[in-house]
Amino acid sequence: MPDASVAAPGDSGWRKALLMAPALAWLGLLIVLPHAELAVLSFREQVGPRHYVPSLSHYHEFFHEPEYWHTFVRTAWMSIVATFATLCLAFPIAWVIAKIARGRAAVWLFLACMIPFWISETVRTLGWMILLRETGVLPALLVKLGILAHPVEFLYHDTTILVGLIYNSMLFMIVPLISSLESLDNALIEAAYDLGANGFTVLRKIVIPHAAPGITAGSIIVFMLTLGDYITPTLLGGKDSGWFTEQIYTEFITRFDWGQGAAFGFLLLVLSTLIVVAGLKLTGQRFGDVMGRT
Amino acid sequence: MNQPDLTAQAVVKRFGDHVAVDSISFEVARGSFFSILGPSGCGKTTLLRMIAGFLEPDGGEIAIGGKSMRGVAPNRRPVNMVFQQLALFPMMSVGENVEFGLARRGVGRAERRKKAEAMLERVGLAGATAKRVDELSGGQRQRVAIARSLVLEPTLLLLDEPLGALDLKLREHMKIELKQLQADFGTTFVYITHDQSEALVLSDHVGVMNHGRFEQIGTPQDLYYRPLTPFVAGFVGDSNRLTGRASGVDGGLVRIDTGDGWVVEARREGDVANGDAVEVFVRPEAAMLSRARESSAASHEGVVESLLFDGAKSAVLLRERRSRREVRVALPQTGEFADLQTGEAVAFRFDPARAVCFRARRDGDA
Repeated sequence: MPDASVAAPGDSGWRKALLMAPALAWLGLLIVLPHAELAVLSFREQVGPRHYVPSLSHYHEFFHEPEYWHTFVRTAWMSIVATFATLCLAFPIAWVIAKIARGRAAVWLFLACMIPFWISETVRTLGWMILLRETGVLPALLVKLGILAHPVEFLYHDTTILVGLIYNSMLFMIVPLISSLESLDNALIEAAYDLGANGFTVLRKIVIPHAAPGITAGSIIVFMLTLGDYITPTLLGGKDSGWFTEQIYTEFITRFDWGQGAAFGFLLLVLSTLIVVAGLKLTGQRFGDVMGRT
Repeated sequence: MNQPDLTAQAVVKRFGDHVAVDSISFEVARGSFFSILGPSGCGKTTLLRMIAGFLEPDGGEIAIGGKSMRGVAPNRRPVNMVFQQLALFPMMSVGENVEFGLARRGVGRAERRKKAEAMLERVGLAGATAKRVDELSGGQRQRVAIARSLVLEPTLLLLDEPLGALDLKLREHMKIELKQLQADFGTTFVYITHDQSEALVLSDHVGVMNHGRFEQIGTPQDLYYRPLTPFVAGFVGDSNRLTGRASGVDGGLVRIDTGDGWVVEARREGDVANGDAVEVFVRPEAAMLSRARESSAASHEGVVESLLFDGAKSAVLLRERRSRREVRVALPQTGEFADLQTGEAVAFRFDPARAVCFRARRDGDA
């Protein structure tokens, strides 16, 4: 986004406005307007043909129908698990790229992380299905190696959904981690060793506090992406994967209940924001710091 | 000399084909201030990192406090280091920085705090415990870095050009402060620097390093007045360097013909035979100016090319009359030549005993 503070002296107001226009148009037309429309839809109830009255019934429905509520908790919980697992897997990779690999090797490693993202998420997820389905590559391989007696269906488990989510989120965790780890002065690590610290203490006292903004930024992005993901849970978890976005899809497309779907959409927005705020509070980070420093 | 705190024996470190440290041996006496002085790329940082344990020598032996350090990790050595950019932990307060090493040793919280506060007080930073590192000035950070190391009472404190990042005025001040701190604590300091003035002012002994080897180890006075190699003569302090051929060797004295009409005399250091290519080093303050012409062999003539006024370190650049070579001569403190003008013809002489002549190095490095 163009930053007003870098505008050259003498820039008039309309020039700045022009620079800001694409961002403002994007925000207004694609974010604010649809959400306003959704808000209107969610806060009314149909009482007759083409007759609507303001009502909280759609929200009431969410809190009083356990299935909806459970689906949301399950989605949020699995997203948190996926985020944490992504962090644990991405950290060593980011460490290698930022601190150990030099020059070309670092570029190639980073490229290797990025290449899968040149393919659409749907195709990538279908790739997982080819690997994991009962007649797929992995079960056949395990049978051939004598580890399994019969092919086993690896699809339609929660673990499969997690694997897909982690795979799809990896890059979005690695990028902010690399940028925050690269700025860590190696002398700090050496100084800590020199003062008697071991590897674990260096990680806990020096590396993680330094990388905290990157860890938080990556976690927020990954959490939001997994929570709002639709394709991966649906394809890998099957029709009954119980993902909240599926619920929204069902309301809009299958049941044609736009009001209920809009209310779910809003609840997802509010609840995920609350979880992120709670996460920031828990780790003592501030949102502005996190986004500003990475 | 009592038992040395640091002994290095034939220490070697190679990086590929490049020999960074080439079979170095030296000792540092307990409680002394030892400097390793050399130009950048001479291997001094590599040597220091081997002492700290961040690099393992390819050959030889390093012993600290009489114990071999082979295979001992940096976090288990009785050595602490003050890093070039200090490497204070920005995520911690000043007090936490100083307590860091104590906490790693399992010292209790209250004890830790007491020791850190006492140490900060000793370095003149009483009450700074709660401050953030970025609230301190350059000199204060320096002191925190030293306090953070000394609180662990190491056998040896390594300092990697810690004054390099400071501005000139503060550097001069910290030089004195560092020397006082060392005298105060009595800890053995090993200091590396490329700044010969820091090495001369601070140290009890200095090792002058070049191309991975020590050219000479000695007291600052030794290095300054009795350099043993052309490199030391040229690197430590200012010198006029003349090249020529020995045209007469008389015991300790050599007569040198510069090949362009100038003949000078100098003290011989090492083997010099008649006809050898030689290098002569004359300190600016070893030469004396005069306005009266003398017709002795020791008297030379020149024309003032430029005046370099720098207070007590003022000097004048002369162009020697016959050879057209440039000679730097210090101006006496008496103010006798304060009215010297550019273009003026003057005479100068120097005591041959204070000029030193070496056989020229074959590799031709300066």
